[in-house]
Amino acid sequence: MKVFGVVNATAQAAVHWYNRYNPVEKAKHWLWVITRTVLIFGICFIILYPILTKISIALRDKQDMFDATVVWIPRHFTLENLETVIGYLKYYESVTNTLWLSLGTSILQLISCALAGYGFARLKFWGSQYLFAIVILTIVVPPQTIMVPTYLHYRFFDVFGIYEMFTGNRGVNLLESFWPFFISSAMASGLKNGLYIFIFRQFFRSLPKELEEAAYVDGAGVFKTFARVMLPNSVPAIATVMLFSFIWQWNDSYFVNLFAPNATLLARSLDLLPGVIRPEYVGGVSHTSLYLNTGMLLGILPIFILYLFAQKYFIQGVERTGVVE
Amino acid sequence: MWKRGTLSLERKKAMYGILFISPWLLGFILLMVIPFFQSLLFSFHKLSLTSDGYTLENVGFANYHNVFFVDPWFIRSLTEAVSNMALNLPLIIFFSLFTATLLSQKFRGRMFARAIIFLPVVLASGVIAKLDNGNFLAQFIGSATSDLEGNYSGLKSVELRPLLLQAGMSIEVVNYLTGAVDRIYQIISKSGVQILIFLAGLQSISPSLYEAAKIEGATGYEAFWKITFPMISPLLLTNTIYTIIDSFYNNGVTQMIQDTAFTRLDFGISAAMSWVYFVIISAILGVSTYLISKRVFYYD
Repeated sequence: MKVFGVVNATAQAAVHWYNRYNPVEKAKHWLWVITRTVLIFGICFIILYPILTKISIALRDKQDMFDATVVWIPRHFTLENLETVIGYLKYYESVTNTLWLSLGTSILQLISCALAGYGFARLKFWGSQYLFAIVILTIVVPPQTIMVPTYLHYRFFDVFGIYEMFTGNRGVNLLESFWPFFISSAMASGLKNGLYIFIFRQFFRSLPKELEEAAYVDGAGVFKTFARVMLPNSVPAIATVMLFSFIWQWNDSYFVNLFAPNATLLARSLDLLPGVIRPEYVGGVSHTSLYLNTGMLLGILPIFILYLFAQKYFIQGVERTGVVE
Repeated sequence: MWKRGTLSLERKKAMYGILFISPWLLGFILLMVIPFFQSLLFSFHKLSLTSDGYTLENVGFANYHNVFFVDPWFIRSLTEAVSNMALNLPLIIFFSLFTATLLSQKFRGRMFARAIIFLPVVLASGVIAKLDNGNFLAQFIGSATSDLEGNYSGLKSVELRPLLLQAGMSIEVVNYLTGAVDRIYQIISKSGVQILIFLAGLQSISPSLYEAAKIEGATGYEAFWKITFPMISPLLLTNTIYTIIDSFYNNGVTQMIQDTAFTRLDFGISAAMSWVYFVIISAILGVSTYLISKRVFYYD
């Protein structure tokens, strides 16, 4: 009897302990946490690895290139490579030019896409839903399909033949300037503009209708309502579109090569870099590699710095635009 | 017709609506519709540039004949682009759903991990990929591998292959899987936007569904397949379309189309190529949209 009692008490204590601490559940939880951490760390490492190698290579001296003991940390730190490649790339000039180009296009795209997005979201007219379906379709058409006509269009730029009527010449040559970029941006048909219109439309639809109604009751017109009430309330969408259009324009090489192949722009300078630093010019394959890595690092640096400050808006913006339909 | 004062608000709004989208409409007509049909027109003509414009000379289907039967590279790079897309698509979708599920959970440093995972979207540019081709030095750091795009990654599936083969898998499957591991950098860097789209979707699923499932005794695994997966299936469609468009945005074929136009100055042939390309992409998009949308579950 007594033995049973002891066993019983022990069992009860064990059950009690089990219910309180629940070791199996805890072990499962911690195993999962460890697995998750390892996975996420691995993914992040794969992404950062090329950038880290580039930084490591860009900062080393030429003699470290033949030193087998140098893998990650350079033995002789130097900024020489940076200086050389900045010279090759005409870095300051091309960054300034690219900056102006990206700023100009993104501001124009912001205006035209916000107008179109608001028009599609709240100012319904007959056929506007069909037009919006067309906006989505334009995202699908690869820009190469209309490449040749676009090129000729800006080579002999003319709106409905008006210029020819007055002067007799076949249009103005707008190539080698920023005008093609600005014109297509102002008409909301630049790089990925269908997507921006979509983002704005989604966002304006998610704002409460009472906002506008109150403005109308107070006697504001449609345009004033849009400028004074809707735009100040759509900062997240504006930030998202602004950042996206800026960065995609910055990274774009297709339109740059099409419209302004001889302008000093970053994408263009980077394109030409391998030709400038061929092994026979700079003293060997290793030097070429050194300059190439430095060039790539310089190419991503401005955007990287921007991203450090703006990544919060990026991620929130994409999450909040509600691509969930 | 009407005096201004007698316009109803609805009618006024409609007028303003046309006004608001007019920049886009103008751009669409000038820079999309007209070039679109012009490009179709060019593909049946020989185009020669002159000092004050260009002249067209009708050649019928010669350009298309050239693309399909004369040009040795176009069909090859087209099939390569399509098969690359077909190989990578399931991997990208699977990987981005997996990563989004991981990132949607609460843990320390979540924002940091998200910022890093979104980095390739920001820094991905064709120029960098092109430059990476000649990158010898980076390949010495770690036993790096080069994939088609010249992206190197320090990962190589050395042990995986014999392991899977001895486990009795067929050689094609093993090649596919090890190839996926070797191309991991490419796949990760192409999944940034998809991960974010999935994340947004995962956060919009109401927690009460999971609570109910838990009370009924569902395991986490069951909850994923019975709740998460159906709820997120519309986004599978979105992401598939996005991935297809993204993969066709910049590859060997688009390079060829550009070179044909601006280095060989064969504008007609280039237009024909781009039309073949466009039709193929549209067909792929149409078929995949149809197949997936049949299985999509819409929760209202």
